[in-house]
Amino acid sequence: MKIVVCIKQVPDTKGGVKFKPDGTLDRGAMLAIMNPDDKAGLEAALRLKDQYGAEVTVLTMGLPKAEAVLREAFAMGADKGILVTDRVLGGADTWATSSTIAGAIRNLDYDLIITGRQAIDGDTAQVGPQISEHLNLPVISYAEEIKVDEKAMTVEVKRQFEDRYHIVKAKMPCLITALSELNEPRYMTPGGIFDAFEKEVTVWGRADLKDVDDSNLGLKGSPTQIAKASDKVKKGQGEKVVLDSADEAVEYLMGKLVEKHIV
Amino acid sequence: MDFQLDQQHEMARALFKEFAEKEVKPHAIDVDETEEFPIETVKKMQKFGFMGIPIPKEYGGQGCDPLTYAMCVEELAKVCGTTAVIVSAHTSLCCDPIMTYGTEEQKQKYLVPLAKGEKLGAFGLTEPMAGTDAQGVQTKAVLTEDGKEWILNGSKCFITNGEVADVYIIIAYTDIVEDKKGRKQKKFSAFIVEKGTPGFTFGTKENKMGIRGSSTYELIFQDCHIPAENLLGARGKGFNIAMHTLDGGRIGIAAQALGIAEGALDRTVEYVKERKQFGRSIGAFQNTQFQLANMATQCEAARLLVYQAADAKKNQAYYGVEAAKAKLFAAEVAMDVTTKAVQLHGGYGYIREYEVERMMRDAKITEIYEGTSEVQRMVISGALLK
Repeated sequence: MKIVVCIKQVPDTKGGVKFKPDGTLDRGAMLAIMNPDDKAGLEAALRLKDQYGAEVTVLTMGLPKAEAVLREAFAMGADKGILVTDRVLGGADTWATSSTIAGAIRNLDYDLIITGRQAIDGDTAQVGPQISEHLNLPVISYAEEIKVDEKAMTVEVKRQFEDRYHIVKAKMPCLITALSELNEPRYMTPGGIFDAFEKEVTVWGRADLKDVDDSNLGLKGSPTQIAKASDKVKKGQGEKVVLDSADEAVEYLMGKLVEKHIV
Repeated sequence: MDFQLDQQHEMARALFKEFAEKEVKPHAIDVDETEEFPIETVKKMQKFGFMGIPIPKEYGGQGCDPLTYAMCVEELAKVCGTTAVIVSAHTSLCCDPIMTYGTEEQKQKYLVPLAKGEKLGAFGLTEPMAGTDAQGVQTKAVLTEDGKEWILNGSKCFITNGEVADVYIIIAYTDIVEDKKGRKQKKFSAFIVEKGTPGFTFGTKENKMGIRGSSTYELIFQDCHIPAENLLGARGKGFNIAMHTLDGGRIGIAAQALGIAEGALDRTVEYVKERKQFGRSIGAFQNTQFQLANMATQCEAARLLVYQAADAKKNQAYYGVEAAKAKLFAAEVAMDVTTKAVQLHGGYGYIREYEVERMMRDAKITEIYEGTSEVQRMVISGALLK
């Protein structure tokens, strides 16, 4: 079984989010990590590797420094790593990103593609399903559990759905988007880290993408653009109300909910 | 000369730090309070290869350098001195001598499971009558007439990983010779002893000031028969083996001391920002600022010595002086920085919940075990005056 895991280097939001004057993220000022949902996706792939001996290829698109997440993936146990990087790919929105990644994946043999549900920097949850559309594959999103039947070449996924779940079965090849709740990703091993830096990362540019039109790539190929971004707006102090009885309190609260068109 | 860590070491540090924060820190207060050996943490460290970091891969280890190992001990010690010394004693005092002096058979039988973390190691030199003065060692090993076994008698005290270990390196005297002046001198040998060997039992568990979760026991040998092939290195070379082993061990303890100091500094920086007196945070007072500046400078200087000693172990045949300097300085820094940390915390510093008092108790042992600070001074000055 061959698995491709799409991972993204994202700014670590734990230390607070920093913006440039133009309202876009100041990625240089923040520590970079592997996107948590993607890491869960990688862990799922590595567990399938442990179980069935699958070959795991990690793929990322980004600046040259995004190579660091591929090294981290190697140190966790991934077999191959591909970095898709090119100036003409910069400024991509979800459409241009998924077109790029699909163009890269068309060069590969695979039975399963795993992506994270969404990245903590963009939070769109669009790229995974879009890749599956480009590649004409079935997609199962929001995976909480993944089971593989290697003989029948099918996957059975427990898919999170609000306060319940779906069990969805699909034939491979297919694409699954993973939730960080899927598992507890393993730690790297110290020796794995040093080996990771000995391994070769395959670097692909625009010319290596298969069956993708220039009009779908980079900033020019992005139908959406960020007009403005801002930090969370601070909430006001709120209102403290002391009422005599529970009934009055309920009445007051209901009034507020109606007033704000919540109910 | 390059003071910048490369990407591999940076990534390794990030790994150790994340592990320490997530897996070790939440249990540190309990481990101290209950004196319970953190077996679950050790199992996790086994799973992720922390128990054989500097041992070559062909012997079950991770194949990393001594610096990576020192950084692991340092990051663990930042949050829990006990967990740090478990790794240090296991790696430096048990895996390392088998790696250095063991036969291929001994490496396959003992080092491989130790480096994989499937077994835990310990080292026994100290006895009630012999600490700094190794000649005081009373534990004796006699070869049976058929030459097939050694019979061990005696006891060892203050042994880290005491009851929980599976494999022990034991130093005992095997011969008595006369020196040039006609004085009787004991000649020592090193042995690999397995837990469960008949005649090998455990005595008192020590109730300690610090590193309270590390299992510190007395080991007792009464007509304990061990196979002749478990002699480690040459007969009569045990003293050299012990000293060389301790040179390496001191790098581990220096890293532990460094981590404890850094951990206490981190806590103190957080605390002085939050604690308010006279209407402002106590970090706004110049006394606090100057103390913190001293503590940070001490930590940095200790770190350079520890990393230098780790580098010397990688590149030099003899690194005993570098290791002694690193341990001497880092241990004294640990004691000083943790004491200042408690003082800057005021009354809260004396309360267990605030953890700096534990760090102060943990720091003290680093000035004592694997050679006291006085012994380190002897090693350093001995090299100057020879």
